Amino acid sequence: MTLNQQFCEMNLSDGKGSMSSVSSVVSSAGWRAADVVADNQFPAGLRVLVVDDDTTCLLVLEKTLRACQYEVTKCNRAEIALSLLREKKNGYDIVLSDVHMPDMDGFKLLEHIGLEMDLPVIMMSVDAGKDVVMKGVTHGACDYLIKPVRIEALKNIWQHVVRKRKNEWKDLEQSGSIEDGDRPQKQAEDADYSSSVNEGNWRNSKKRKDEEEEVEERDDSSTLKKPRVVWSVELHQQFVAAVNQLGIDKAVPKKILELMNVPGLTRENVASHLQKYRLYLRRLSGVSQHQPNLSNSYINPHEATFGPMASLNGLDYQTLSVTAQLPAQSLATLQAAGFGRSNTNPGVSMPLVDQRNLFSFENPKLRFGDGQQQQMSSNKQMNLLHGIPTTMETKQLANLHHSAQSFGTMNMQVNAHGGQRSQSNSFLMQMGQPQSRGQILSETSGEKVLRLPSTMEQPILSSGLAGGVLSRNGIGQNGRAAGYPPVSQTSATLNLPINHAAEFPSNSFPIRSTPGICNLTSKGAFQEEDNSDIKGSAGFIPSYDIFTDLQQHKTHGWELQNVGLTFDPSQLSNSRQTNIDATSLVLDSQGFSSSQSGRNGNASVVNKSLYSAGVGTQLVNAENVGQRLNNLHVDNSIRVKAERVPDPSCPTTLFPEQFGQEDLMSALLRQQQGSMGPAENEFDFDGYSMDNIPV
Amino acid sequence: MRPVSEKGAKEKATMDAVAQLQRQLVDYTASLFHEGYLDDQFNQLRQLQDESNPDFVVEVVTLYFEDSERLLNELTKALQQQSIDFKKVDAQVHQFKGSSSSIGAQRVQKVCIAFRNCCEEQNIEGCNIFLQQVKHEYTLVKSKLETLFKLDQQILAARVDPGSHVIRFLQA
Repeated sequence: MTLNQQFCEMNLSDGKGSMSSVSSVVSSAGWRAADVVADNQFPAGLRVLVVDDDTTCLLVLEKTLRACQYEVTKCNRAEIALSLLREKKNGYDIVLSDVHMPDMDGFKLLEHIGLEMDLPVIMMSVDAGKDVVMKGVTHGACDYLIKPVRIEALKNIWQHVVRKRKNEWKDLEQSGSIEDGDRPQKQAEDADYSSSVNEGNWRNSKKRKDEEEEVEERDDSSTLKKPRVVWSVELHQQFVAAVNQLGIDKAVPKKILELMNVPGLTRENVASHLQKYRLYLRRLSGVSQHQPNLSNSYINPHEATFGPMASLNGLDYQTLSVTAQLPAQSLATLQAAGFGRSNTNPGVSMPLVDQRNLFSFENPKLRFGDGQQQQMSSNKQMNLLHGIPTTMETKQLANLHHSAQSFGTMNMQVNAHGGQRSQSNSFLMQMGQPQSRGQILSETSGEKVLRLPSTMEQPILSSGLAGGVLSRNGIGQNGRAAGYPPVSQTSATLNLPINHAAEFPSNSFPIRSTPGICNLTSKGAFQEEDNSDIKGSAGFIPSYDIFTDLQQHKTHGWELQNVGLTFDPSQLSNSRQTNIDATSLVLDSQGFSSSQSGRNGNASVVNKSLYSAGVGTQLVNAENVGQRLNNLHVDNSIRVKAERVPDPSCPTTLFPEQFGQEDLMSALLRQQQGSMGPAENEFDFDGYSMDNIPV
Repeated sequence: MRPVSEKGAKEKATMDAVAQLQRQLVDYTASLFHEGYLDDQFNQLRQLQDESNPDFVVEVVTLYFEDSERLLNELTKALQQQSIDFKKVDAQVHQFKGSSSSIGAQRVQKVCIAFRNCCEEQNIEGCNIFLQQVKHEYTLVKSKLETLFKLDQQILAARVDPGSHVIRFLQA
């Protein structure tokens, strides 16, 4: 299968607006290889979207762009621009946006676009101040033009498109195309990449993806063209899980790719996504340092819970929530918890708004500023999945984070986290993390798949519950789940109303939702929304789903349908991995919180709440997610977590899934160690009772 | 402008008139640039005009006039408030600066810069002064551009219907 195909497969999402996980937007949105540089006509026909609230400027720009022979679409509101972009994914090659706009800040729009669509964005302003330009840089703009924009300047904007494609292509190549299943990992451009894609994982996701095939063959000849991967919530969660598993510092695209095991995803995709993620994390932490900051923060449960997030305050939450897709409520709680704030607002749906953006790291952040409440509209849930377990309780987040951080040690962490899963965040975290967790777990166990407890039949609603809640169907069984840091699948599981933590039943974790769960390719289910992007991703989704659900509703209760964790039986069949994934997802979310606390504690915490069966539902954060978690049968105890937002142990894990994942992972790993099976259960996320996780 | 005296030499007169108009247009435009009312961006606009969009410049500038008038009204109102929202005022001035720059209204743009400084300093008096100044500059550039367009139209008209328009114009 060509890469495109693989990508297509990966896109599970229903394709609606949601960012399909690896949608191979191949053909670079209309750019055929032929059009690319190779073509004489290039850059004629470049599809430009220009956004400016000033009609005069807009008209002049439009005309100027037309004079460059570009295909121009203009709009004067950022919201319209976003919807245009979402409607027609791959419908545009580049976006030009004004900085100062009344309805939405240009930088925010920039973030959205970067995360959701990964298009090059050029900022414009009559303002040439260094600060503003710098802001453009940090937000990821590929250029900044001073108004009045001259035609000469516009004549060259195509270079950004080409450059991006080229890089993506290269990544793709490098990561060993999915098609091959395993292209020998290439020549690592980046030295770190080593991995070998995990075929097995891909298979899972592939199945899911099969339905959506968007094939657009990428033109090999065109180095510029490469299928554009859409980072759905699910996918993102998987990604975050993987990153957490590996540890943010050690996360190299190759390994992440392997962990994610998403067919059709190339190392390059992962690499560029990682870059963004890092940027995002950096922003979250308010410093431009590298991510480690985040981890640090996570580790402090409660305090800012999100460590870096804390700095963001509010913003982070949103981000997290977004990423984690924690149910607004959960997010709110998580945030509150995480930030030490009093619940901010349960309803806050953490800026799920950006959920859609997988990486809405930035957005969420911004969102926070707006008041966490940004209810992230379901669409936005996706962002949450990004692993930013916003709802995850801080603790959990911390845990998760922690776990994420030390991916290597995740296993441990998972256990450690068990205690904290501050759920809601954990969820979020989990969401992101679960994936990593799952991966880690699987890795540890040798199975890539998170072996979420076999009991995961139920799709673990990734909503946050993912962490612990991952209703691993059998989660209850494992008590081990405790080991899982409340994997708050926050991202996915969070969708599940954390309150429903109880829902996360050990058994019925609708793991699905946890996108984080790596293997849980529950992604399919996820998709409700864009966040489902992850759906495609194998198993990731569950956690994201949760978040998505948050907004979307979809998986109410822990049904995170697509949430990575969806431990659908089918998925389970995929392998226990799914379970594990779910677990990890769950753990992640939970883990987030736990990560902070170092883990077992969190896990158990989370687990407890989550796992009714005594499994520590790490879903602590699930509380927030609670709603969704209902389905998850998470133990009420777990659910409690969801409710209790301010889970001390779990810092509102806004932390990106990383954290949760770690916890999850550790939990998972622990479980796995115990026995693959049981481990799965544990991870069923019924409640990530981390402590229970019998490793 | 040489008055056309003989109707009989209409054609020649027309041609002369047209030529004259054209010269006028060129000179007038040059002076606007020279005096800083317009900058190179205006030239860009003119360059963008082509057969597919023959009235582009007029269109854009007309749009600019509409937007500006609205904006200036809002600015006036905003500065008349008891408690002035400087952020809002600043945003509006910023926008005005942006649109002015996009058509090349240089002097207006320059005043906007100073105006924004006052906003940042929350200097009410300064803001009011600059509001007046920006209105003044705007009015100036508006009338000059309108003259420019008229000249242009006349030339066009003269070409199309040399007899009537040109003569009428010349007689005016």
